[in-house]
Amino acid sequence: MLSIRYEAPRSIAEAIHLLASDPGAHVLAGGTDLLVQFRAGAKQPSAFIDVKRIPDLVGISLDTNGLRLGAATPAAAICEHAELGRLWPGLVEAVHLIGSAQIQGRGSVGGNLCNASPAADTTSALIADRAECVIAGPGGERVVPAERFCTGPGTTILRRDELLVAVVLPRPPARTADAYFRLIPRSEMDIAVAGAGASVTLDASGTCTAARVAVGAVAPTALLVDAAGQALIGTRLDEATLSLAAAAASAAARPISDKRGTAAYRRHVVGVLAKRAIVSAAARARER
Amino acid sequence: MRIQVETTLNGEPTTFLCEAHHSLLDVLRNGLGLTGTKEGCSTGDCGACSVLMDGRLVPACLVLAPEAQDRTVITIEGIATSEALHPLQQKFLEHAALQCGVCTPGFIVAAKALLDANPNPSETETRYWLAGNLCRCTGYDKIVRAVLDAAAEMSSGKAAAR
Repeated sequence: MLSIRYEAPRSIAEAIHLLASDPGAHVLAGGTDLLVQFRAGAKQPSAFIDVKRIPDLVGISLDTNGLRLGAATPAAAICEHAELGRLWPGLVEAVHLIGSAQIQGRGSVGGNLCNASPAADTTSALIADRAECVIAGPGGERVVPAERFCTGPGTTILRRDELLVAVVLPRPPARTADAYFRLIPRSEMDIAVAGAGASVTLDASGTCTAARVAVGAVAPTALLVDAAGQALIGTRLDEATLSLAAAAASAAARPISDKRGTAAYRRHVVGVLAKRAIVSAAARARER
Repeated sequence: MRIQVETTLNGEPTTFLCEAHHSLLDVLRNGLGLTGTKEGCSTGDCGACSVLMDGRLVPACLVLAPEAQDRTVITIEGIATSEALHPLQQKFLEHAALQCGVCTPGFIVAAKALLDANPNPSETETRYWLAGNLCRCTGYDKIVRAVLDAAAEMSSGKAAAR
């Protein structure tokens, strides 16, 4: 007979207390990873701490500074939000790629980060968009860039008594846009062989003044590829520059070979995806 | 430890007892006898257990039963009225959009969620929306046609009512 508890705290402080007082307690957001792992015997929590009753963890708020996504906000709510799709089309595309309509009704960006799959579509998009993770713990809050949140497959920087409460994104400056591309062998419902997100800022003449490129599914965590972003700055994103950025993305990759693809294939294709993401982000930036 | 949960199920206030780790699917089928919601994969991949929770399409296998506290849940049993089938149900019959029927409740609940949000979906939108519902008998064409036909009928019905 299992003796697992279910707790639905109403505040962050209460959730932190529950986590701190029970080493086996596990945070439950949408459950699309945790409950599958639990039923497979891969995780055996002593308590499910359902954080979806905490107002700060569920909801989308947008102001002049930027976006705050409650960590447990379901993906479907993000996809339905017209303004998010306009400001961060690449991030919303990445969110929309996760699983089915049913999964998007449960799964969240915060849960996706905490599950720490190297192939998580949202993570590369968040990194490209300069997202930061707001983490609450017994000592208060700390804020960590998205590229530092995951430390390996299934592991994050969260301590046992800490909770990811929100992801915050700065509002994109003028002529800035993002894009996310992934490769899967079929048209829907699959996990990335490789993925790439990009955010590009152009000046009025079309010269790139800032850029971020991030890649996923090609290393133990999603990676910010500084060299790819740097290669774009000061250029007009000509073909030779795009090839340099693609090569930088491929060079940063440290992929494994598995059933989804070989390391060599992933290394090549992540460069192709990075280039496409840059081109798409730049085209959107020109329209702003 | 048994947990008492009070929820609204298909419009009726409902109280049930469950364990913390029980899924909403377990409780619907085994506790409450609502066996219309089917168990397929229990990993959120097949859509057979689709229900609406607070109006949102979710897989009941990946919802813990205690989460239903103070929520509204609609299952396939709550789709028809006592007088008539829902147009989606009627069109699934007319188009013979089923063989064994195990996936059908999930498809109808998922299609209802689609039409609630988007009364006139394109075929492409319909196919993408239903990508999380697996059918191993019919192929998907008749299902998609039934959903599009139901959408057309519901829209024209609304137009006539105006």
